[in-house]
This record gives sequence, structure tokens and C-alpha cells, in this order.
Amino acid sequence: MSEPQHPRTLSEKIWDAHVVPSSLQEAARGEAVEGIDPEEAAAILAQRPDLLYIDLHLVHEVTSPQAFEGLRLAGRKVRRADLTLATVDHNVPTADRDKSNPDPLSAQQIEVMQANAKEFDVPLYDIFDIRQGVVHIIGPEQGYTQPGLTIVCGDSHTSTHGAMGALAFGIGTSEVEHVLATQTLPQAKPKTMSVEVTGELGPGVTAKDVILTIIAEIGVDGGVGHVIEYRGEAIRSLSMAGRLTVCNMSIEAGARAGLIAPDETTFEYLEGRPHAPRGDDWDEAVEHWRTLVTDDGATFDRSIVLNGAAIVPFVTWGTNPGQGAPVNGRVPDPGGFATPALQESARRALEYMDIEAGTAIRDIAVDRVFLGSCTNGRIEDLRAAAAIVEGKQVADTVQAMVVPGSGLVKMQAEDEGLDVIFRDAGFDWRDPGCSMCLGMNPDILLPGERSASTSNRNFEGRQGPGGRTHLVSPEMAAAAAIAGHFVDVRELL
Amino acid sequence: MKKVEKVTGHAIPLNRANVDTDQIIPAKHLKRIERTGYGPFAFESWREDPDFVLNDPAYGGAKLLISRHNFGSGSSREHAVWAVEGLGVEALIAPSFADIFKNNCMKVGILTVELPEEDVDYLMARSEELPDAGIEVDLQAQTVRTTDGSWERPFEISPFARWRLLNGFDDIGMTLAYDTDIEAFERQRPNRLPVTTAD
Repeated sequence: MSEPQHPRTLSEKIWDAHVVPSSLQEAARGEAVEGIDPEEAAAILAQRPDLLYIDLHLVHEVTSPQAFEGLRLAGRKVRRADLTLATVDHNVPTADRDKSNPDPLSAQQIEVMQANAKEFDVPLYDIFDIRQGVVHIIGPEQGYTQPGLTIVCGDSHTSTHGAMGALAFGIGTSEVEHVLATQTLPQAKPKTMSVEVTGELGPGVTAKDVILTIIAEIGVDGGVGHVIEYRGEAIRSLSMAGRLTVCNMSIEAGARAGLIAPDETTFEYLEGRPHAPRGDDWDEAVEHWRTLVTDDGATFDRSIVLNGAAIVPFVTWGTNPGQGAPVNGRVPDPGGFATPALQESARRALEYMDIEAGTAIRDIAVDRVFLGSCTNGRIEDLRAAAAIVEGKQVADTVQAMVVPGSGLVKMQAEDEGLDVIFRDAGFDWRDPGCSMCLGMNPDILLPGERSASTSNRNFEGRQGPGGRTHLVSPEMAAAAAIAGHFVDVRELL
Repeated sequence: MKKVEKVTGHAIPLNRANVDTDQIIPAKHLKRIERTGYGPFAFESWREDPDFVLNDPAYGGAKLLISRHNFGSGSSREHAVWAVEGLGVEALIAPSFADIFKNNCMKVGILTVELPEEDVDYLMARSEELPDAGIEVDLQAQTVRTTDGSWERPFEISPFARWRLLNGFDDIGMTLAYDTDIEAFERQRPNRLPVTTAD
């Protein structure tokens, strides 16, 4: 392959490096398509989407059973079990794991994952494995997620891994089957979008506030069809954990993927992790990773710039992640939105959320607090929340829980005594999993209950039928747990 | 995969924007390991409202569904497409669809027809007013028309996707025809790339 001469974006570089070149003339291939005129077939095949090689395929119990069943029915095998990693995260209980699962359907799905992993030789971080956890926490944690890789998973939050400079996107179950069988995916090349956040974030302003602000700005479909590359000083200064939070929610802006070019922060995070390269391989890898930047002069299909210094702690008030406001602001009047569709959407949201327009965000009281998920279930998130909670008590009106992102995050937190801080304050300290982010296990909101949640979606019923979700940073969730309502965390610093 | 050529019938007007896949199929129904049987749970929460459009018997048996922009946003769950399929719906019309949802529809053989906002306005209003008003999506001709012949619009679809749907070709089978190319690609991958079977 000859190197294209024109300047390229990071997304294009990773894409180009993973397109499987076709050795045969399409005409010859066309003849192989039964019942079709070879010339027509050749012309059509020449327009097929790129066949993209997948370096890492992450699998979990919810979106894979039908894919493995498809393989079985067609007599196919997993082509590269050694590039595939499975875990159980969506369904697993976060308490009393040693007892039998209270939900027979969940138990069955976990058993099916175990059986499929065994039958197809796919490595599995099973429920009692210390490495088990939310699939998007464990990839980076184990050092599997590396710059320049293509990563897919039957889960929309696969965009998380882009924070380390990997091109990572969510796929459906048919595509899971396709990757299992071929280790490739035919994919239309996405457009590119630059989101630059300039300047320095203020104290108490987190990666979560940055991404919620971006989504409010560009809308929940602002990134559709695009890979977003996050750039600028405010992004560069984020820790690896913060970058993972930003890229995680790219899908909430509708983006195909989120990306941040790897740099010293990335290399420092990766070095020494169990599956990161070692020795000469490490040096060779870092040398390659340093080339994974958008070239000077490369153009994006779309670009926006935000002032990082103007971003403040953010709280969603509606039923999509773009419906949010600064903590010191008020719930907006639906009539003030630009289009009838946005107005109607806001009206419906306020009705579902049972909030009046004009309510001060700080006056919104919460019943439940959820700290965890692939968005904010990392050790850094727990440390930040614990710093707010330490020595204080969860409000009498609030029930609060911490669900570490993985077994290793939980262990690390316990080594640091964070579990004691949380428990002393009145939080439940749970086992790792997706938990109340999507309510597939017993951790759900009751109808009408209102949560402050560090997760990624505030859709109607997301955390349980009739439940009402406000998305916030770990610091803001911790502060809300103590006060019983939203507070500006900057006043506690 | 089944062949898709034409979808003809009346349409459910789901007049909402950003319909997310959590609404199309709530997470609690994703615990099933089957590929079919999701239709009864489609839009389960919204169906609790007696005025919700799917509760109107006039829209029973509809083959099409019309909605607003960014339909199918959020979770990648293909169960959402299986739920739509379970309702008997074979084609969706909206100004835009979420990427993963659209890909999933393509794999299952559900047509996603993107039309300009004003055309969607027209069809939405028409189906709201006249529940049995017929619409035909013709994949061969790449047109959407009202069955009374009064209105017709072209729609875009990639030639490759159209061809695949018209012929009902199995995606995996087609990719396996490139097996030697995939092998050649694998031979030049650096050895330092991570493998999951190392320990």
C-alpha cells in the first residue's frame, strides 16, 4: 500500500490502516455470485463499503447470545478467539453474588455467555474473576485498549475506547456475529468532526461537565455519521479517566465514535498494564503511536470550538442527554427552543420528569444517587466523589450506592479505604457491573423516583420504569447525596 | 436473509423526535436469548398511555412507521429492530436515523427511508388523518409513493445496500469470499498487537 500524500485526520489514518485490500479484480469476483449477471455484480461490488479489520472484539452477555447461535446454525467458528474478550456486566447482581441469582432470565443469559465462551474458546472474565467488570472499564484497565487499534463491541458505549486513540464503535448483534465469523466488518467510511475545547477548565469542573456541555451545544444528533475528534488545551489537560468519560458519551451526541490523539498521558497510563507491549515492543509501539495525530492541514467535515473556561458543573433536566443546564441555572421554558420539534420534546420531557419550567436546578431534590457505570466507574471517579463525601452523611431522604467499574477498581478503592468513607457516609458499597445505569439487574429506580446519576442516559425509564434521571459528574452526585438536592460543587471546594 | 423489494401498506405516525431504542424495547426484555418474540414489548411504556398511536386499532397491521429525526438513537441493541419487525413493520420513514440503528435495520432487512422534513410532515399528517392511507416503498425504483398515485418522492440508498437487500444476500457469506485477502492482511499485522489468550 502506498501512503496517501494528502494530510489526514487521525480517524482517517486508523481507518486506512485497517482496510483489507482486495486482491481480486471485482469482475472475477462477480462471476462467483450465483444467479447474478457477472458484469452487474462486478459493478456493484466495486461500490461495496470498505472491509475493516477489527483488532479487538469485546463481547458481553446481552448482545451476543443470538450471534453465537447464528454461528452455530451456519456451522461457523469464531475466526480469532485470540482477538476476542468476553465478560458479564449488564445483568450481574451487585450484591449477594454468592447466593443464587434472583432473576432466572438474567441467570440464564449469564450461563449462556459462559457456555458460548467455552464452546467457541473465547476468553471470559467471569462473574467471580477479579478482572470482571463493565466491558469499557476493563479494556483500558487491562491494557488491551491501545492507540491505533480498531475496537468493536455490541454496545454503543464502545466509543469510550477512543480516548486512548483507538477507533472504537458500537455494533448490533448481526455485526457481532459478522466479526466473530470474519474478524472484519463492511463499513461505510464515517465523516470527521473536530470538537475543540480551548482554555483551562475551572476548579470543580470535570470531564463529565465538558461532554454534557458539548452535547447540549451540538444536540443529541449533532454527531450522526461522524467520528468526533476532541482537541484543544482543555481536552489535553484531562487525565486518562476524564478522557474516557468524554469519549464514552460521544454516542449521546449521535457520533459513530469519539477520538483523542494519544500523548504522554496515554503512554503513562498504558505502560506496565498487563496487556500493554513490553521491552522493545513498547518502544516500537510508542514510536508508532506518536504518529497517530491529525496532520497539520488536514480538514474535518465539520468543526466546532468551545471555550473551556466558560464550562460549569452541568445537570440534565430532561429525557435526553442534550437537555441539560448549568447547576446555577434554571430549567428552561420549552417555548424558548428553536424548532417545534425541540419545543415538543422539551414539553414532553418536563412532563415525564415532573419539573416546572423555571425551577432552579439547585431546588431539584433527589431520592437516589448512583455512582458508577462505564462513564464514571473508574478509580479516579470514586476518589473524587469520596473527597466530597468524607466525614459527611448522606441525607435522610436519599438512598445512595457506589458500584465500582470492575473488580480491580473495587479492590484498589478498598486498598485506599474509599469503601470505608462511602460506607461511613451511608452509601451502599457494591460489586462491579452496569447496575443502575440501565436497570437490567435488581438495581432500579421505582416509578416516580428521582436520581442523580453518574451514568450516560436519562431516557424515559432508563433506570427503571417511571424513574427520573439527572446526569451529573461524580463530584456533583456525591454532593447531591449529602445535601438531598443539587448543589454547586464548586462551593464545597 | 429474506429478499426485500416493495413494502406496501398503511403507516403508524409516531410523531416524536429522537425516539431512543430504550423506548422501542426496554432493557428488561433484553434478557431473552431468542431472536424473535419482541413485538409484544415494543414501545411498552408508551403503550401504557391509551392515547398512544399504537393503541389505536386503526393502525393495526401497519407495514410502515413514520417518525421524526434521529430515530433509533441511544443503545446499540438490535432487539429494537427485532421489536419493530415483531410489530409487522417492514419499512421506516424519518428525516434521519441513528447510525447503529440504521446499520442494524440493514442487516435485518428493514428499510430505513430518509426523506426531507417537509415530505415527512406531509406523510405524517396524512397518516394521522387517514389511518388506512396507503404508502408504497419501492426499493427497485428507489421511490416512496402514496398508493393513490398522487404523490411520489425518490429516496437514496447506497447501490451496494440496495443490491444486497433486493437479492437477500447473506453478509457474512459475502465477506467470506474475501477470506484470502483477510488472511493476507493478518500476516502483515505486527506481532506486538494485543491478544486476549496470552494468559
